[in-house]
Amino acid sequence: MELDLPLIWAGIIGLAVILYVVLDGFDLGCGILFPFAKEERDRDQMMNSVAPFWDGNETWLILGGGGLWVAFPAAYAIIMPALYVPVIVMLLALIFRGVAFEFRWVAKPNHQAWDLAFWLGSTVAAFAQGVILGGMLHGIRTEDNAFAGGAFDWLSPFAIMCGLGVVAGYALLGATWLHMRVSGPLERRSADWARPLLLAMLAFILVVSVWTPLQYDRIAERWFSWPNLLYLSPVPVLTVVLAAVIWVGLDRRNAAAPFLGSVGLFILSFAGLAISNFPYLVPPDITIWDAAAAPASQMFLLVAVVILLPVVLGYTVFVYYTFRGRIGPGEGYH
Amino acid sequence: MELDPLILARVQFAFTISFHIIFPAFTIGLSAWIATLLGISLWTGDPHYRDLAQFWTKIFAVSFAMGVVSGIVLTYQFGTNWSAFSLAAGNVIGPLIGLEVLTAFFLEASFLGIMLFGRDRVSPQLHFASAVLVAIGTAISAFWILSANSWMQYPAGHEVRDGIAYPVDWWQIIFSPTFHWRFVHMLIAAYITTGFVVLAVGARFWLKGKHLIEAETMMKMALGILVVLTPVQAVVGDFHGLNTLEHQPAKIAGMEAHWDGNHPAPLVLFAIPDEEAEMNRFELAIPKLGSLILKHDLNATFPGLKQFAPEDRPPVLPIFISFRVMVGIGLVMIALSVIGAFKWWRGHLFRPGWLMQIFAWTWPLGFIAVLAGWITTEIGRQPWVATGLMRTEDALSPVGGVAVLVSLVLFVLVYAVIFVSGGYYINRLLEKGPVRHIPKEDLRPTRPMAAAKDAGRIALSAGE
Repeated sequence: MELDLPLIWAGIIGLAVILYVVLDGFDLGCGILFPFAKEERDRDQMMNSVAPFWDGNETWLILGGGGLWVAFPAAYAIIMPALYVPVIVMLLALIFRGVAFEFRWVAKPNHQAWDLAFWLGSTVAAFAQGVILGGMLHGIRTEDNAFAGGAFDWLSPFAIMCGLGVVAGYALLGATWLHMRVSGPLERRSADWARPLLLAMLAFILVVSVWTPLQYDRIAERWFSWPNLLYLSPVPVLTVVLAAVIWVGLDRRNAAAPFLGSVGLFILSFAGLAISNFPYLVPPDITIWDAAAAPASQMFLLVAVVILLPVVLGYTVFVYYTFRGRIGPGEGYH
Repeated sequence: MELDPLILARVQFAFTISFHIIFPAFTIGLSAWIATLLGISLWTGDPHYRDLAQFWTKIFAVSFAMGVVSGIVLTYQFGTNWSAFSLAAGNVIGPLIGLEVLTAFFLEASFLGIMLFGRDRVSPQLHFASAVLVAIGTAISAFWILSANSWMQYPAGHEVRDGIAYPVDWWQIIFSPTFHWRFVHMLIAAYITTGFVVLAVGARFWLKGKHLIEAETMMKMALGILVVLTPVQAVVGDFHGLNTLEHQPAKIAGMEAHWDGNHPAPLVLFAIPDEEAEMNRFELAIPKLGSLILKHDLNATFPGLKQFAPEDRPPVLPIFISFRVMVGIGLVMIALSVIGAFKWWRGHLFRPGWLMQIFAWTWPLGFIAVLAGWITTEIGRQPWVATGLMRTEDALSPVGGVAVLVSLVLFVLVYAVIFVSGGYYINRLLEKGPVRHIPKEDLRPTRPMAAAKDAGRIALSAGE
């Protein structure tokens, strides 16, 4: 049987993106929530809870971007110039929040600037990622397989809303992560943060679910034609179930349920967007097969991925296992 | 005014990659140094080595963070500014970058967590193993990125159809003809760079009369490796030069400001190359020595710049100067290493005096040499982005000059803030010096035994 390499690669990149979104999502989320924790001790605790992981988490972003280049160079060469502004903004924001992890500790007691850098960097990076998502969903104007639009084509109310939605979503991941991983007063407060964020995230999911089929016929047809409607109906039902799991989990002070429920919400949202847009990599023109790299290149790296990705996942789990357990106030690894 | 996106994109890449390379050049060697210290500490049980490792780990953490965040920018910049190149070379170079992520980045980033924060959570053996894995990860990363760069310098193992490169032989692509020497040259450069930083910090402590045991350990270990590596680097550099002459003769002609290929080349010590007039002004040169160095024969000839069409020549002045800066610093580094090692052998290294004062200021040498070397090889590759395959001017994305200018200005501003702050904090960590660590078996005070053990240990160590 002939392997459908572009399809496999779309799956791998999808996996890298969802792992990135969930993993860096919770540590960016902790940054977004920084101003809500007024005490220095709470902020230390928030940062300590993600300090051993953030670097590995962010590496999935490189695998996502690098993987896109490897497997779909034509899409990479269209998306990056088209989303130039939000991509650059995201990178600059990630620089600030990344160095803040180290600088903040060394700068103490004069670390207020790096508190700000951590918060702003995390928030702006999340917002820019949402705008990138919105820009891609909206579609990119191409001619002869090259970007043929202007520098601000991506800018639309829809993209801005996606940006806000991702900020809320990451903050939800961050709050539920803290709920699972810290002890003391911060645990209680993280539950208070999580509830409105869950509502915001649900509102965002609802708006996207209504907005995109109304604006794009291909998406409406995908979801509302028979029998797709039947096959796809578990997606909204599961969304409601997961929201309930998070809410009840917070009420009952269950450690893991709210976080796992939030992760589930992200996976479902991602699946929903994939269903809406498949097989387009750059809507409305370029499919995964149009943008695919040479089969020899896709095959070469596929072999490497099959061997190496399980190893990477293995030691990622090991690192999370090593730093398991709750962090109390005033505790840390420094 | 019309903004030229090409020159702006080139400046942006030059700026962001120059900023980035400073950190890998340091952290490749630093991780190996920390792993070595942890290994010795494990072997001998001497706490000084462990404290020294901990001290350098803090500096490593700050440097590595700056390297990571400035590196992500580069992965994306291929697409934002150089999408035509990404498309033309993506089939070939893309997988090399992909392999770098899979074999190196994850390894470094994951075990970095254990290296930085795991000391009290894992066994000393596993902590040591994590440091070794991080060190290996940084070297693997250098392997892949230099493989990709070498392919751009001299592409091999591919075929071109409709302006797009397709892979034919992966072995030839990964181990392209200029790769071997370039990789060895860069790896040694990274270890030398770290060596001089460690030497300089040791000398600083020693001159201040602080942390004397650690200072002597640092200086001895640094000099021990430098006295071996700096001369080896000169030999490797020579082979790298011969290899460049074979595969990129125009680059060598530019580096040597060698115009006329019909006569044996002199070694030009000083000149202002004039590209309009195709000659050197104010030249000070030793006849035939250039041919001796590059052909190992006084009377041999090699191509001069005039043998290449003007549009195929690299810019001469910048690489002529940067190459001389690199070699000049290299010679200074050899001299300092040999003198230091000699004094150590004679037993009067640790005396106040001019040598100690100089050592305290040697920390920037490696960085400047690495930057000068990369400027030489990258500008020397011009006018090609991938030699013979695509010219730099054809590699650009369809983006406007304003977008590239604004992002360039932002990168300069942000990097300036990061660089100044990072330098300030690293200096602050250096001023503080190594501190004695009291190990904790468990961070969670909910386990009373652990807290009791800690209290006991603190009481004991106070009585020491």
